[in-house]
Amino acid sequence: MVPDKKTIWSLLSAITDPEIPVLSITDLGIVRDVQIDGEDVEVIITPTYSGCPAMDVIASGIRLELEGRGYGKIAVTQVLSPAWTTDWMTETGKEKLKAYGIAPPQPQRHTCTPGLFATADAVPCPQCGSWHTKLLSEFGSTACKALYQCQDCKEPFDYFKCH
Amino acid sequence: MSQLIDYTCYLGDNALILGHRNSEWCGHGPVLEQDIAITNISLDLIGQARNFYQYTASLKGGDTTEDTLAYHRDAAGFRNVLLAEQPRGDWAYTIMRQFLFSSWQHLLYTSLQHSSDTQLAAIAAKALKEVTYHQRWSAEWVVRLGDGTQLSHEKINTALQSMWPLTAELFVPAAFELAAPAIDPKTLQQPWHAQVAEVFREAELTLPAAVDGNSDGKNGAHTAYLETLLQEMQYLPRTFPNATW
Ligand SMILES: [Zn+2]
Repeated sequence: MVPDKKTIWSLLSAITDPEIPVLSITDLGIVRDVQIDGEDVEVIITPTYSGCPAMDVIASGIRLELEGRGYGKIAVTQVLSPAWTTDWMTETGKEKLKAYGIAPPQPQRHTCTPGLFATADAVPCPQCGSWHTKLLSEFGSTACKALYQCQDCKEPFDYFKCH
Repeated sequence: MSQLIDYTCYLGDNALILGHRNSEWCGHGPVLEQDIAITNISLDLIGQARNFYQYTASLKGGDTTEDTLAYHRDAAGFRNVLLAEQPRGDWAYTIMRQFLFSSWQHLLYTSLQHSSDTQLAAIAAKALKEVTYHQRWSAEWVVRLGDGTQLSHEKINTALQSMWPLTAELFVPAAFELAAPAIDPKTLQQPWHAQVAEVFREAELTLPAAVDGNSDGKNGAHTAYLETLLQEMQYLPRTFPNATW
């Protein structure tokens, strides 16, 4: 069967990130391209972090999803450049994150300061919306998140940090 | 070509060996949040090592893979700086080493991301974002301990004094660093000093005097600490060469 790009993209949008199952890999922006060559499909992905342990699971998830659909060879290729950035996360993805209780990345221009003693990103609480929050740790439950606490509702929460 | 292979391997070895050292804190960190932080830094470093090794393997060809590079080389084949292989010590030692190392790695990757070697440039650009967080996190800890209690100040200062002589190696070029695409490490020394000095001022620490060093680790002459590290890290794949998860 000759694959068409639109179908492939929609199949990919059903594959979720194993660490944040509320996000699909297309919401995250890690699918960079889909190439069709005759009946063969090549999916090009990029890791969020160099050491992201989810990448192998994601690659096999893509193969599982696409194999057995009558296409030809399925290949998943990992590229490093250009490096993934949270800017590639879709608006839907950010909404889903927030609903899941993880604060989505803040727009880069406000917050991502490369300086050594930069003030922590200002992040609104995903539970109550308060901006009265503080950074507890630059590293949260995974490398891509930081740990914050809301000073108003007192809930600790993960923040998907700018990258 | 062999210079480039040595260089990519050197970049991977530094990341892998320090990543492994930091991973020893997993389950032993002083508090849960910091246990998680240092373990995440390990994961970043080991991921960077994988990217460098995959590139090394593609340059070498034959049966070389990222795994043979990590698990089937003896200590003399590793090119990491001696600073990376020292035991993790106490929390102050781990913090100080991470800060000195990340500050250096940040400058190195900042240069390397503009390399004419596109694969090296891509790995560096990716890793730079991660190292920015490592440097910031460790700098904040250096200040917290240095400008903390008398005891924490003593501990971080002891750590600094004991590892300072080892930092010289970061800037002494080995043969494989003499030509592009390698970054001349001497060009990193002055900016590194300036950054480190700035944080030490905040931390009320005195910058030690510059020392001379050699490039022993880069040339495969290691301390016994690397042997014991490799014994643990390589035990399983060497005992059961075809083991899979
Ligand atoms: Zn709140």
